[in-house]
Amino acid sequence: MSAPRPQFKAQAGRALRDAQLQHALTHIRSGFVENRRKALEVLPEFEVLRRAGKAIKDHTLANLDLYLERFEREVQASGGQVHWAGDAAEAREIVLRLCAEAGARTVTKGKSMIGEEIAINAALEAAGIEPVETDLGEYIIQLAGETPSHIIAPALHKTRAQIVALFRKHHAQYGLSQALESVPEIVDEARQVLRDRYFQADVGITGANFLIAETGSAVVVTNEGNGDLTATLPKTHIVLASLEKVVPTREDVNVLLRLLARSATGQAFTAYTSFFTGPRRTDDLDGPDRFHVVLVDNGRSVIAGDSDFHEVLRCIRCGACMNHCPVYNAIGGHAYGWVYPGPIGAVLTPLLIGEEQAADLPNASTLCGRCEAVCPMSIPLPGLLRKHRERQYAERIVPPRQRLALRAWAWLAQRPAFYHLSTRAGMRLLRLLARRHGRFHRLPLAGGWTANRDLPAPQGETFLAAWKRGERP
Amino acid sequence: MRVGLFVTCLVDAFRPNVGFSAVALLEQAGCTVAVPAGQTCCGQPAYNSGDREDARRIARQVIELFEEFDYVVAPSGSCAGMLKRHYPELCAHDPAWRVRAERFASRVHELSEFLTDVVGLREVDASYAGRCTYHDSCSSLREMDVRAQPRALLGSVQGLELQEMADTEVCCGFGGTFCVKYPEISVRMVSDKAAAVTASGADTLLAGDMGCLLNIAGRLKREGSAVRVYHVAEVLAGRADVPGIGEGDDA
Repeated sequence: MSAPRPQFKAQAGRALRDAQLQHALTHIRSGFVENRRKALEVLPEFEVLRRAGKAIKDHTLANLDLYLERFEREVQASGGQVHWAGDAAEAREIVLRLCAEAGARTVTKGKSMIGEEIAINAALEAAGIEPVETDLGEYIIQLAGETPSHIIAPALHKTRAQIVALFRKHHAQYGLSQALESVPEIVDEARQVLRDRYFQADVGITGANFLIAETGSAVVVTNEGNGDLTATLPKTHIVLASLEKVVPTREDVNVLLRLLARSATGQAFTAYTSFFTGPRRTDDLDGPDRFHVVLVDNGRSVIAGDSDFHEVLRCIRCGACMNHCPVYNAIGGHAYGWVYPGPIGAVLTPLLIGEEQAADLPNASTLCGRCEAVCPMSIPLPGLLRKHRERQYAERIVPPRQRLALRAWAWLAQRPAFYHLSTRAGMRLLRLLARRHGRFHRLPLAGGWTANRDLPAPQGETFLAAWKRGERP
Repeated sequence: MRVGLFVTCLVDAFRPNVGFSAVALLEQAGCTVAVPAGQTCCGQPAYNSGDREDARRIARQVIELFEEFDYVVAPSGSCAGMLKRHYPELCAHDPAWRVRAERFASRVHELSEFLTDVVGLREVDASYAGRCTYHDSCSSLREMDVRAQPRALLGSVQGLELQEMADTEVCCGFGGTFCVKYPEISVRMVSDKAAAVTASGADTLLAGDMGCLLNIAGRLKREGSAVRVYHVAEVLAGRADVPGIGEGDDA
């Protein structure tokens, strides 16, 4: 868990100069954004669904303990086990213990953001267990030794040529070296490699999009079917999920799934939606012998009790906010420095790793509000970013020079006579400096603005001065 | 109708013509316009930087100054959004101030939206020979629900052709202090916006917020673009006969 603060600006700068990344990012607009728009166009009741979804999550979060306890009872009743993890370290310990009990050498994994959050792969490797990612995007970045840059498209930052090169390098050992051209060819080759791994695995670890309290089920959506193979082929299935994934009933999940798929990819429904309830029963055709759910808190119960930020727990991880965020679209996910990028990451990361550690994230937003407009859970993201800024201001995390400038401006804004005197003098000076040019190419103390754009000069004396003088339209 | 004009600090400092255009439009529409002399700024820099205390004090100052009017109008979706959407929240903890802030907020409007939705203005008496494209500022669009109103009024300007650009609802990268705190990201965003303006084939860019306008004009000028930039009020009031934003004698 690295601390994003010192690197954010540098990472963002590097991302802006990375031509391949910039090219990869252009696909967001034509893909996710456009597909979501089309999907909503043919679903007039989206707003009704959205309100229903929000109500479900609000109700669940207000009674979280109740539904989690119900969930545990139902998992036990269906023959599985629930393990409670207070923090990331505890979650890793539990997973490692369960893997040791299963005698695991190889673990297949479905995509799991909480797995990234608790850095489970590194822990498995350190224990001599090989984790194999089975989601194509996750598999690609695993080969590259990188982290996800998007929560539903982990390898979004990679171009096709980069992926083909990665496969050439890592798949030669399997005797695979044909030239790959199309996306289906790439997918096919990954499938060939992964097929054997599914059968080698002793444990399958998946995340969960939802947990159903009523039935003790874990719900996993994928478009590749890899979640099913991960969960059902090994003898042990471990579900890793954070507390807020629980919802009361199967009916509730139906509402949320409709919102999730459309907001994420523009699909009416994802290709595979699987409900896992307990281990294999005697008359089941397949399924694991052991079913474990690791319920990870890692800061959630604190957030749930925080009146400023509890709404963030409504998030269903669709990624719509990042797809529509102009800042994310400019710099990609890695610049954010931790597991969750984009607007949701800018709100969540400081809560999970500390305000000071992630100080840049809530500030690097224009508060344009597009994220809130597309969020299927109506999370007031700009408002929450602003609340982080308030915390930073109160805790004096704001750089002293910025704080001083702000105080000086606020002092003036509350003293109209001084304020008008200084704007008048300031604008007169700027006009003199601009001479007849109408704009500045360079201006001392305004380098941030003028490095790559001009600054328009003031048109004339200030409006209020002209008005006071009696000028009228 | 007695209207208090909230000039906005950027109009006051950088583009007084917008203030006069707003007055002209409001008077054309039959309003009596007053400009309270004690106004400074809506307090957004403090509010968005996390300084609630100063933002609240500035909010109270603005409310007191404008409370007497039937309507408060600003030639800016951003400042109007601050007054209308955020003042009540800032004053929520004090019962007396909450009532005042909510009453005040219910009378706040963005200029084009006020002219069409409140006054019922359908056309303006102005002409502009040019092909214009309109940038939706984020606050106008998402806090004030302004989208159709300026376009409807522009449709009545003689000689004006409206040519929509791609991604007109995507942020230009100004974002108050964002543009100076994260200049590299901001410039990338405004470059995309400038490219959309250019690709539209329009010769004039219009918007309803000075922040966006200074930003986009600054980038267009740096690219050597000949596209002219005006606040939408200047065109609607027939006062776009002055150099555009960022233009000097050398254009």
